[in-house]
Amino acid sequence: MAELSTQAARPSIWRKMRGNTGALIGGTLLAVIVLIALFAPLLAPHDPVAQDLTRRLLPPFWHDRSVPEHLLGTDHLGRDYLSRLIYGARVSLGVGLGVILVSGAIGITLGLLAGYFGGWVDMVISFAITTRLSLPIVLVALAAVALGGASLTTLITVLGLLLWDRFAVVTRAAAQSLRHQEFIMGLRAIGASRARILFLEILPNMRATILVVVSLEVANVILLEAALSFLGLGVRPPTPSWGLMISEGRDNILFDPWLIALPGTALCLLVLAVNLFGDGMRDITGPVRK
Amino acid sequence: MLSFLSKRLLVALLVCVTVSALSFGLMFLSGDPAIAIAGSGGRAEDAEAIRVAYGFDRPLVIQYLDWIGSALTGDLGQSIYFNVPVTEIIGNRVGVTLTLGFISFLVALVIAVPLGIAAALRPNGWIDRIALVIAVSGQAIPSFWLGLMAIVVFGVWYGMVPISGAETWQGYILPVVVLSYYAIPELMRITRSGMIDVLATDYVRAAKAKGLPMHLVISRHALRNAVLPLVSLAAVQLGQLLSGSIVIESVFALNGLGRLAWESLLRSDLPVVQAIILILSLLYVVLTTLADILNAVLDPRLRGAS
Amino acid sequence: MTDKMLDIRNLKVALPTERGTLNAVRGVDLSIAKGETLCLVGESGCGKSLTATALMGLLPRYAKVTADRFEMAGQDLTAKTDAKLAKMRGRDVAMIFQDPTSALNPTLTIGRQLTEGVMRAEKLSRKEADARAIEMLDRVGIANPAARLTQYPHGFSGGQRQRIMIASALMGRPKLLIADEPTTALDVTIQAQILALLGELQADLGLSLLLITHDLGVVAAIATEVAVMYAGRIAERAPVKDLFRAPQHPYTQGLLAAIPVPGLTPRGSALPAIPGRVPGLIGTMTGCAFRDRCALAGAECSQDPVPRHSPAPGRFVECYKAAEVAA
Repeated sequence: MAELSTQAARPSIWRKMRGNTGALIGGTLLAVIVLIALFAPLLAPHDPVAQDLTRRLLPPFWHDRSVPEHLLGTDHLGRDYLSRLIYGARVSLGVGLGVILVSGAIGITLGLLAGYFGGWVDMVISFAITTRLSLPIVLVALAAVALGGASLTTLITVLGLLLWDRFAVVTRAAAQSLRHQEFIMGLRAIGASRARILFLEILPNMRATILVVVSLEVANVILLEAALSFLGLGVRPPTPSWGLMISEGRDNILFDPWLIALPGTALCLLVLAVNLFGDGMRDITGPVRK
Repeated sequence: MLSFLSKRLLVALLVCVTVSALSFGLMFLSGDPAIAIAGSGGRAEDAEAIRVAYGFDRPLVIQYLDWIGSALTGDLGQSIYFNVPVTEIIGNRVGVTLTLGFISFLVALVIAVPLGIAAALRPNGWIDRIALVIAVSGQAIPSFWLGLMAIVVFGVWYGMVPISGAETWQGYILPVVVLSYYAIPELMRITRSGMIDVLATDYVRAAKAKGLPMHLVISRHALRNAVLPLVSLAAVQLGQLLSGSIVIESVFALNGLGRLAWESLLRSDLPVVQAIILILSLLYVVLTTLADILNAVLDPRLRGAS
Repeated sequence: MTDKMLDIRNLKVALPTERGTLNAVRGVDLSIAKGETLCLVGESGCGKSLTATALMGLLPRYAKVTADRFEMAGQDLTAKTDAKLAKMRGRDVAMIFQDPTSALNPTLTIGRQLTEGVMRAEKLSRKEADARAIEMLDRVGIANPAARLTQYPHGFSGGQRQRIMIASALMGRPKLLIADEPTTALDVTIQAQILALLGELQADLGLSLLLITHDLGVVAAIATEVAVMYAGRIAERAPVKDLFRAPQHPYTQGLLAAIPVPGLTPRGSALPAIPGRVPGLIGTMTGCAFRDRCALAGAECSQDPVPRHSPAPGRFVECYKAAEVAA
């Protein structure tokens, strides 16, 4: 009955969305946002932190009261909203990448060690993963940021120290399966050092797997940063973070709901782009357990 | 079965001990908890008085053992801000979080599981397409933002539901909608993919070949096996709903544990924060352990040779 | 109605794929008399499993199944197949699958899986159904059957599981049993036992058996009739002795040629290799599907329709060159 698998007969729309179509849409959208973040100083019409209290809460272009210099209006301190949104992409992507560097380094190292050595090393690291999973992430991050003093560096460090679990889980599984493959056995037989085998042979073989986890985690981190900033314990004002902008716009949602609608939409688009791109990559490079 | 259970429980216990040590240690993250409590602008004498009063001058291990010892007897310390037992404050607030978490979880399950099954039964059908849209959007929309937008649209524009507080049951409507929407995508994805895998198995074909009607094939043969991966995920999701409702509680001004934790952080009321982290972690450990046991009950292969 | 337990004419199965319609079964004629064992032989991908699955009405919804005549176990199913066929499954006609490890539900007890079909169909009580399950398990050679009912599949070996599957198929006292490569997934020694069991049951119960296989050793051991399938059509059909003695289709000949002693080939050996590849079945095809691999192929072989010769009652071959082959 091999000839009868549903997948072969008809590609599912889920697969399509998670395959090339999704990767294309997500990748394009992501590239646009990355370019906006990179060229923020050239693209932003105004200084994102420059206040002008005489021009507070100007509405975006589709309103009658709008002003042409401020295409997307101004916030409660008279700062240009479009410029803040453009610079906000930098914060989201920057925190996302910064955290991934920390959490990836921790998680991949632990996963490699656990998967390659097995035995008590694996037991200890697996236990660490289980323990980490049981911690309420938002609350612990909030507490750590509050106690460590809210700043971009603290935020990145705290999230990096907390979010290594998925890297570890996936790398561990990949290392376990690679460990018994012939070329690794061969290297061990000719006496290659453990460090060499781990970091020069096994690690490069996991590139695709790790790339997929990176995308999943970047989306996760972006949402977390927004939530923490929204709660006032993430990025400090006046840095233009989308989460912080939603928090600041909250007092005026009765009359100016666009203040939260715009940064929220930006967040959704970015997370959607990363997710589609990551899912697409996952489908192209082969399955990875979440 | 017994050795599986005892092993599983031993790991759970060890995790509890480690988690308690971590939530205890968090107190010292800022360096000196006495200064954190007194406030950075506080006088040195105040900090010293606090240090002695709270026993921060003792060795860490003694402090931890003291804390965990009283925690075991149900004493989680004294709130610095309110100066009443932490358990009392938490007791007043935990109901809201549990109600919100459990109702959202049930709503999510009731929507996600049938939708996942229906999507799996007819891949590429219109239900499958709706499911895909819900899954993709649900994973991209930040729940706190969705909550705010819901307040704007349904509370402010249409005035259909109260926009904050949980004095009446209507106050729970929007938070439940938002939180369950957050939990639905993962639950639905795993139901759908599990169901598709199971429907393609020989034992489902064999069940049809026996002449069983489709509804029995699905409920007795397919669902029972498709539900196995769902159980573990559901436990994780419930844990996340309970601990993740901190943001939603703040959006909708619900006086639950999450909001209490947030307020306590802003007031440097560390014993309360510690206790909440401990409680949520233990809750997660209990939930995942229960899920493992439930899985062993549902899947005879995990019970060992019969 | 004749004494035929199965009579189908021009059965077609089409599956939509990304690259176009896959015409996997392209007009199959099959008939099985009461108490007869027909082996449907062919390479993997020739459509034999699809044919069997179509007979049970178990193909996925998107598969398009048509037939000019479809009579099974005394019922005419040509017009309204689906609902009627659903009622016959597990009672008049039952099926055994290739892999016994995956054909039993791991989360339900053996007893439950054996009895659930008949309890519904025949309104049997738990006790009556259990009694029949014990009888059937005993019949297929499972020791201590009463105690086995409460056990789960993972405690049984592959051979035992296939015996349980056979018992399960017999629960509804079917007239026609379809077995889809029932021994492929088993060890060679177990294969022989299962085949012997099937032959025994077939004789004792007067079953008609449709056995799908790619193993000519199995055919020699159990068949009374053989149908050789190639690229979605029956190339040749004959009583087993005639087929082994005097194959009339070049494809059948090729299959048999590689066997050292016809009829005595060891069980479990795969079909011998014939040079060339099976043609793709997407889209329409004219002429003989085997012509690209056939040493005798001539210009006429690409013409439609391929003539069907019937040298004796119950025997036919579809080939332009049948006369040359027979000579």
